[in-house]
Amino acid sequence: MTFASHYTYWMTILLMVGGLYIVIARGNLIKKLIGLAIFQTSVYLLYIAPGKLIGGTAPIVSEAFKVYSNPLPHVLILTAIVVGVATLALGLAIAVRISEAYGSVEEDEILSVDRNEVDGA
Amino acid sequence: MLSAEHLPALQVVVPLAAAPLIVLLRRPGAAWAIAAAAAAFAFACAVMLAWRVAAEGAISYELGSWAPPWGIEYRVDALSSFVLVLVASIGAVAALYARRSIAAELHVDQHYLFYTMFVLCLAGLLGMTITGDAFNLFVFMEISSLSMYVLIALGSHRRALLAGFQYLILGTIGATCFVIGVGLLYLSTGTLNIADLALRVQEVQDLRPVLAALAFLTVGISLKAALFPLHLWLPNAYTYAPSVVSAFLAATATKVSIYVLVRFYFTVFGEQLVLEALPMSEVLIGLSVLAIVTASLVAVFQEDLKRMFAYSSVAQIGYITLGVGLANTSGLTAAMVHLFNHGITKGAIFLLLGGLALRAGRTGFDCAAGIARSMPLTAFGMVIAGLSLIGVPGTAGFISKWYLVLGAIEQGQWWLAALVVVTSLIAVAYVWRLVEAAYLTEPAAATPQAGEAPLSLLVPAWVLVAACVYFGFETSFNVGGARAAAEMLLGGGP
Repeated sequence: MTFASHYTYWMTILLMVGGLYIVIARGNLIKKLIGLAIFQTSVYLLYIAPGKLIGGTAPIVSEAFKVYSNPLPHVLILTAIVVGVATLALGLAIAVRISEAYGSVEEDEILSVDRNEVDGA
Repeated sequence: MLSAEHLPALQVVVPLAAAPLIVLLRRPGAAWAIAAAAAAFAFACAVMLAWRVAAEGAISYELGSWAPPWGIEYRVDALSSFVLVLVASIGAVAALYARRSIAAELHVDQHYLFYTMFVLCLAGLLGMTITGDAFNLFVFMEISSLSMYVLIALGSHRRALLAGFQYLILGTIGATCFVIGVGLLYLSTGTLNIADLALRVQEVQDLRPVLAALAFLTVGISLKAALFPLHLWLPNAYTYAPSVVSAFLAATATKVSIYVLVRFYFTVFGEQLVLEALPMSEVLIGLSVLAIVTASLVAVFQEDLKRMFAYSSVAQIGYITLGVGLANTSGLTAAMVHLFNHGITKGAIFLLLGGLALRAGRTGFDCAAGIARSMPLTAFGMVIAGLSLIGVPGTAGFISKWYLVLGAIEQGQWWLAALVVVTSLIAVAYVWRLVEAAYLTEPAAATPQAGEAPLSLLVPAWVLVAACVYFGFETSFNVGGARAAAEMLLGGGP
């Protein structure tokens, strides 16, 4: 149970917490999306790393290979990556529309525009 | 018969395949026709599946003939068929309603995009309900969520964009937490099939990763279900989304998330682990009580009808999770009945509000002043649905409150039973504000003078209003279905 033997887990946790922190702490919508992408990336690592066996090969039915890596996590994460890309693309598209409508991608500026609109009306 | 055998797959595939077809055709009329046909098919399919499950027991469908637990399994049992009927029926009603409502609220170039997203969202929600595979559930969750973000951002006010963006951030965090939970379960058990998970999770020696998975799943699903205090995305999303989207979301999206929560709590983890190793029951009851009280009080002070009923939704979700937290047969029955009853009630209210939005352009309280004269059917429909929201005898809402009180008393929690009754009085307060505005106030400058909402909006809305009353008397489907689901869940195993 040394640090090195759980290296990937520590990296996963670091990315997870760091990504989530960026989402919460940053007011810029683009930076929020970047944080979100980092948060999602940590999950890819969480799935893929335990599937790998050192010295393991692809699961080929043959006498020559005895140790296999688990291919299923790769397949799952391929799907998750697609989902992540779609989410990021959609988020950026909405951010562009927000920028067109409000003239800003800073959350506090957008909210103050909205507040002034209510006071004015 | 070939088609009957493949109903579980068709249930999801037909709406899913309709989406690219709509993009190809583009013409608004054709887009609507395909979306409505797909929704109608999904409804017929869900009813047939529910009927078959009631007659013959659970159906297991092997997708691509790969046997579970290796292949993806679609599983229709008492619980999922019940939720399928709710989602598909609201989908069919919303599709009928959408034509006129969307024509008024969206630019004509956006119509086909709206219908594409609508059928995708429907396919995602149906898929989440029917699938028996945890990772497949995640994929469907993202299909429904991504299309939902677009549907919300399509709202005519620019704040809809921000509401959509906020929901995208929170929804993605929720879905990612969900997939972390599924990942931890997979690492502990080596399987993703829900029925197989239920068996293997009992054999896991080291409980800590399983409990961590449970925590991640709970937070992730609660974000999607808008369980207090993770509901922050909901009021803005419901307020600024197009009317028909508000109705569809309020009636289905959060309900399917609660279904997933129940599925994981009772089928996968089994009652004992969830409710003994961690104080999940106490946490859920505590949060539900906070949701009911806080959100109901906040609802009373809103100046916009859509926003008021959005907060009321947060409170009603509290009633559902309260039933889940009680974890006895009556409590779970109450949760499932309320899931259904609140779906049709809130669907009816938001559809009627869509009629008001069409005539007045907005849904502020000042627009509702004196609408009983100019829009009598809309006003009367909202009163009936409001009564169902409160839980007055003779409406669907009463049935669910009744079982909730029963569940609380069986558990010896008298204070919870009292709380359910007392908090219903807060619902009286906010529904009364609407009644007062509609019936007892003189029409104001903002009151729409154009007359009653068009029939194409009134008919779908009144179908749901009538359902609120019908299911208050004829309870064999909602209570019967919910009880069968609750008994199956508490009977242990799938």
